[in-house]
Amino acid sequence: MSTEVQQLDRVVIRIAGDSGDGMQLTGDRFTQETANFGNDLSTQPNFPAEIRAPAGTLAGVSSFQLHFADHDILTPGDRPDVLVAMNPAALKANLQDLPKGATIIVDTRDFTERALARIGWSANPITDGTLENFTVHALDLTQLTLDALADTELSRKDAGRSKNMYALGLLSWMYSRPTEGTLKFLREKFAKNPDIAEANITAFKAGWNYGETTEAFGVSYQVKPAVLPPGEYRNIAGNLALSYGLIAGARRAKLPLFLGAYPITPASDILHELSKHKRFGVATFQAEDEIAGIGAALGAAFGGALGVTTSSGPGIALKAETIGLAVSLELPLVVVDVQRGGPSTGLPTKTEQSDLLQAMFGRNGEAPVPIVAPQSPSDCFDAAIEAVRIATVYKTPVILLSDGYIANGSEPWKLPVVSELPDLTVEFLTEPNGTGAEDGVFLPYLRDPETLARPWAVPGTAGLEHRIGGIEKADRTGNISYDPDNHDFMVRTRAAKVAGITVPDLVVDDADDDAKVLVLGWGSTYGPIGAAVRRVRRTGTSIAQAHLRHLNPFPANLGEVLAHYERVVIPEMNLGQLALLIRGRYLTDVVSVTQVRGMPFRAAELADMLQGVISNGE
Amino acid sequence: MASELGLKAKDFKTDQEVRWCPGCGDYAILAAVQGFMPELGIPREDIVFISGIGCSSRFPYYMNTYGMHSIHGRAPAIATGLSTSRPDLKVFVVTGDGDALSIGGNHLIHALRRNVNLTILLFNNRIYGLTKGQYSPTSEQGKITKSTPMGSLDFPFNPVSLALGAEATFVGRTLDSDRKHLTTVLRAATEHRGTSLVEIYQNCNIFNDGAFDLIKDSDTKGEWIIPLEHGSEVRFGADNSKAVVRDPGNGALSVAEDVAPGDPRVVIHDAHSADPSYAFAISRLSQVDSRLSAMGVFRDVSRPSYDDLMNDQLDAARVKAEASNGTDDAALQSLIYGADSWTIQ
Repeated sequence: MSTEVQQLDRVVIRIAGDSGDGMQLTGDRFTQETANFGNDLSTQPNFPAEIRAPAGTLAGVSSFQLHFADHDILTPGDRPDVLVAMNPAALKANLQDLPKGATIIVDTRDFTERALARIGWSANPITDGTLENFTVHALDLTQLTLDALADTELSRKDAGRSKNMYALGLLSWMYSRPTEGTLKFLREKFAKNPDIAEANITAFKAGWNYGETTEAFGVSYQVKPAVLPPGEYRNIAGNLALSYGLIAGARRAKLPLFLGAYPITPASDILHELSKHKRFGVATFQAEDEIAGIGAALGAAFGGALGVTTSSGPGIALKAETIGLAVSLELPLVVVDVQRGGPSTGLPTKTEQSDLLQAMFGRNGEAPVPIVAPQSPSDCFDAAIEAVRIATVYKTPVILLSDGYIANGSEPWKLPVVSELPDLTVEFLTEPNGTGAEDGVFLPYLRDPETLARPWAVPGTAGLEHRIGGIEKADRTGNISYDPDNHDFMVRTRAAKVAGITVPDLVVDDADDDAKVLVLGWGSTYGPIGAAVRRVRRTGTSIAQAHLRHLNPFPANLGEVLAHYERVVIPEMNLGQLALLIRGRYLTDVVSVTQVRGMPFRAAELADMLQGVISNGE
Repeated sequence: MASELGLKAKDFKTDQEVRWCPGCGDYAILAAVQGFMPELGIPREDIVFISGIGCSSRFPYYMNTYGMHSIHGRAPAIATGLSTSRPDLKVFVVTGDGDALSIGGNHLIHALRRNVNLTILLFNNRIYGLTKGQYSPTSEQGKITKSTPMGSLDFPFNPVSLALGAEATFVGRTLDSDRKHLTTVLRAATEHRGTSLVEIYQNCNIFNDGAFDLIKDSDTKGEWIIPLEHGSEVRFGADNSKAVVRDPGNGALSVAEDVAPGDPRVVIHDAHSADPSYAFAISRLSQVDSRLSAMGVFRDVSRPSYDDLMNDQLDAARVKAEASNGTDDAALQSLIYGADSWTIQ
């Protein structure tokens, strides 16, 4: 039989099931095939904090969303065009996100009265009209998988576990994805268990063949490769890119990397990843708590390593006192905060940008800390290197503010050339720096006149023995000082050092230079804001966009940029933290747009809101 | 005594004015440590003192080595990072009973359990001095202080028992005023690879004066100090007539009086026993009679230090990689490329 092949420019697919069903793995494989095919893409996993919530419950639903296109895209997509639901709970949990006309592929296996009642459905939604606005493919995926594996020795339970690969095979057929990569992946993943490897491959092929040979699906789709700048690419998630950025940054600084960390969602991946790379001189220390994690990193920094600690909001709160000590000691330190929903334990697996003010002010005393925020998964690499640069040049702790959305989301990454990355070579002081009457004397707090940074003199260097600490220090000598004028001077000097950090000017995207409204963002809202701006511009309306990578200090031209526009809109996944900083610093009455749903902004909603601001101004 | 490096005690003094209260036990400890340093035969630049917060934690400012006066309770954590990343250094932690056992209790037990290469000097004066006289986690129950006008309710830690419970590989106890004993225990502690914890009884003459008088006063100390020397019988008192004896039935230790020479029940001190239970039992004798204090090296056993284990892993990974996937820029490039990269022309 022949199936119709339709061309699409973009598709959003969401695969959902129980958290033990292998949804993340299935999503990762589909993503890799899509990357190999050459589409631009963006992904977003969404999973519960519980490791295995009871099967079949709404609490246990795990999903993976993939947006792929024949052009460059910025987000994982607002609403899925296609939902694959592996059980009733997965259907119910995701139904409200589907637009009219969306396609639903649903495994009917568990649609029993009891299972439906458990999630509050009194009738079967597949047959009672609930799904009438959608194109529904109701299949017993579990039975189809069992049938495909009937000739194997596997138990029904083990065979049934391959239903995610059956679904992946079907999807791969529907969207004309290459399959070699998945077959190779399955053989390697289950190399020690060839029966399981073969079962998964058989299920995958059976899924493909089901689409190809039955008439259930009248149509398959093609999404042509995207035109992207030439180069080598890979698909990468933010936490992995951030890990590589730290390794590359340490290498370019010619320093050993020492990570002190305590496991916490969603930052633990960085600890896991860095622990694999000891060959590059990366030492990882899983501490007894968050405070010990940063303490050990700071101790290593005193000894001349690139000290790094990784955590999320609750852990950063615990580290606050040590960050303050690092401010006082003026030693390099990279503090990674992969933000999640708060306050307190909040939403461990969901995203939020609500630690900006904690990063900015969350310490006792005047304790300024530079802040760098990556804007997308792959940008975590460059942002990490920038954090290393600032830390080592200015001898200061730096907070790198990622979040759960870009930490777990992925996108294609145009790969950097290691030898072309910025040279961050660090020079330790080896001789006393006093001059004139102080010839031969070491002055630990004698500053570089340009950067205001103090020298980094590490133990083992003869003649530079010195003592530092959290008590206020005298200018130049670093000795304990309670002198009022000295304290005033030191507080202002530390502030001036951070304020004087060289950061690139803010770049504004305002093609025709005629926009009256500027939308200003920071961190992971880059994708949704960019997608919303494109929507606005497609209606013929001008709008300017700028995105902050440096939150402290702000780019020198920020005030000028703000003054250039009639209205400035700041969308944030918090209750207006950047807006507060901008208002306080520049007296600009910005329009603060906020959302704290644990999910990124939807581009369509953001576009409507921006249109509203623009129309109100007219 | 001058070392091979020609260093003398005065070389370890700094130009900073020492600001402890006149009569504080910390002066004696500082003098003993400065006097002992040349014996180490380690250049000043390779020695680091890390402290937390409290009176004792001012110590690094007075040592002409590298030093860090950090934050309350965190010195063991900071020193762990320094020691593991710089195994070439000799790292000391200086801490007090409040710093190490109250706010920093967690870091202390984990450093001990990991056996990080640190020498921890725990100055125990059984009081909060710098905050002007509240009870500490080693103060005796019922103590009247500024924060406990009707007497403290807290049951105290015995720091030696606590360290042994965490299976510390070296635990000793000494006294600020006994320079010879202090130096002997310190020497053994610094020679130990792994974590060594030395509890130093230290008199706070302002807020808890006389806390250790019974074991300082020459008339009484013989009755209450139980001296520990590896390989020797644990005897004390007038004419060594008292001894620590082991019950042949249940193995329990106790103090017996009028113990005849050659009594087979008398314990021979074994600091090298792999099982920490014996040393723990010795440490608990103070619980029977709080006036009793065993002094010396309770435990000194060998277990691979965390620093050495970590650096072994780092070396092994590097050596393996040099023979396979490399450690240079090209290797990092290859890591970044991963297994699934693609080219866009």
